[in-house]
Amino acid sequence: MSECLLGFVGKDYVLLAADQTATRSVVLYKSDEDKLLTIDNNKLMGAVGPQGDCAQFCEYVRKNIHLYNLRTGISLNAEATANWTRIQLAEFLRSNPYQVNLLIAGVDETKGPRLFYMDYLASMHEMPIAAHGYGSYFVLSTFDRFYKKNMSLEEGKDLMRRAIKEIQTRFILSLPSFKVKVVDKTGVREISLD
Amino acid sequence: MSIMEYNGSAVVAMTGKNCVAIASDMRYGIRMQTLAADMRKIFKMHDQLFVGISGLATDMQTVEQKLRFRTKLYELREERNIKPSVFANMVSSMLYERRFGPYFIEPVICGLEDKKDQKNVPFICTTDLIGAQCFTNDFLVAGTTTDQLYGVCEAMYKPDMEPEDLFETISQCLLAAVDRDCLSGWGAIVHVITPDQVITRELKSRQD
Repeated sequence: MSECLLGFVGKDYVLLAADQTATRSVVLYKSDEDKLLTIDNNKLMGAVGPQGDCAQFCEYVRKNIHLYNLRTGISLNAEATANWTRIQLAEFLRSNPYQVNLLIAGVDETKGPRLFYMDYLASMHEMPIAAHGYGSYFVLSTFDRFYKKNMSLEEGKDLMRRAIKEIQTRFILSLPSFKVKVVDKTGVREISLD
Repeated sequence: MSIMEYNGSAVVAMTGKNCVAIASDMRYGIRMQTLAADMRKIFKMHDQLFVGISGLATDMQTVEQKLRFRTKLYELREERNIKPSVFANMVSSMLYERRFGPYFIEPVICGLEDKKDQKNVPFICTTDLIGAQCFTNDFLVAGTTTDQLYGVCEAMYKPDMEPEDLFETISQCLLAAVDRDCLSGWGAIVHVITPDQVITRELKSRQD
């Protein structure tokens, strides 16, 4: 819950941001952790939760989606990836639950940029604006106020800057740095908000 | 907090004269936080059979996928649409298979079926989370808003309503009830199933 994962859909891209802290109890292990992972070059998945669960489940998803690509030659779009991930998480729920909260993003050739929110119980919903963790209590209302459809990348970066500043001002835990990545039709790349 | 109140939902089904209506709210929330106002909780199995699922959202999505799979398999084998009463029995046995580790959902099945001497007889049925069926002639409710829905439906329901009247009644019942429940609301959708067509309308409701 103390980790923050946010994202929203722009004109032809999806922007995701995650804090970079890795903690246990009161100790901060590292502050440059990357919680935004690439699936198959053209999809982005943000995952927050206990580190072991995140690492194991994300590797499982990435490798299996890649395996599907190798077997069939089809690179699954974001919706198919999100649906597959949901079914896996739902199957594991009653045997080996993973407490991973996810945001899966990708740009579809026909339907454009899409963002899928998934909580750790495997309920999934497509949304233009999404956030996980305590940060969501601060940031969802900021997004509601300032988000517009079809924002350019510059406007998107502005909005993300605003949201991150809100968390850094009002959240009790210090989250000094956020990693921000964008996924568009050329793929996934890291961007700086400065 | 009960697992059935983790997400929050309101589903109601009513019968009319040769028609049925099913309505639900559209909130997707986790505990006290609302995340989206466009989540569908009513799913079409075929033109004369709809099922609305309330309860835990993850199980709602899992059960919907399993029901869709089994319905399609039935249609492939039997080369005809599944009857609502048969579908209700299928739902019931599917839920009882998980008697000691259930899906945390309460489905409401609604449709029109042909009986021996009559055509397009309205059928509604609900089950609890382990598949105990309940059949009535008037209306059925499910979700976190059941207490409120029972009240308004009992007051406003009349038997043998025409489709337009049925739509009005079920809409007003749902909107009134969800206003008294914090876990449901944020939009509403109504499907009215008649022998010729299905009319789907989204209602403009309070977004809180």
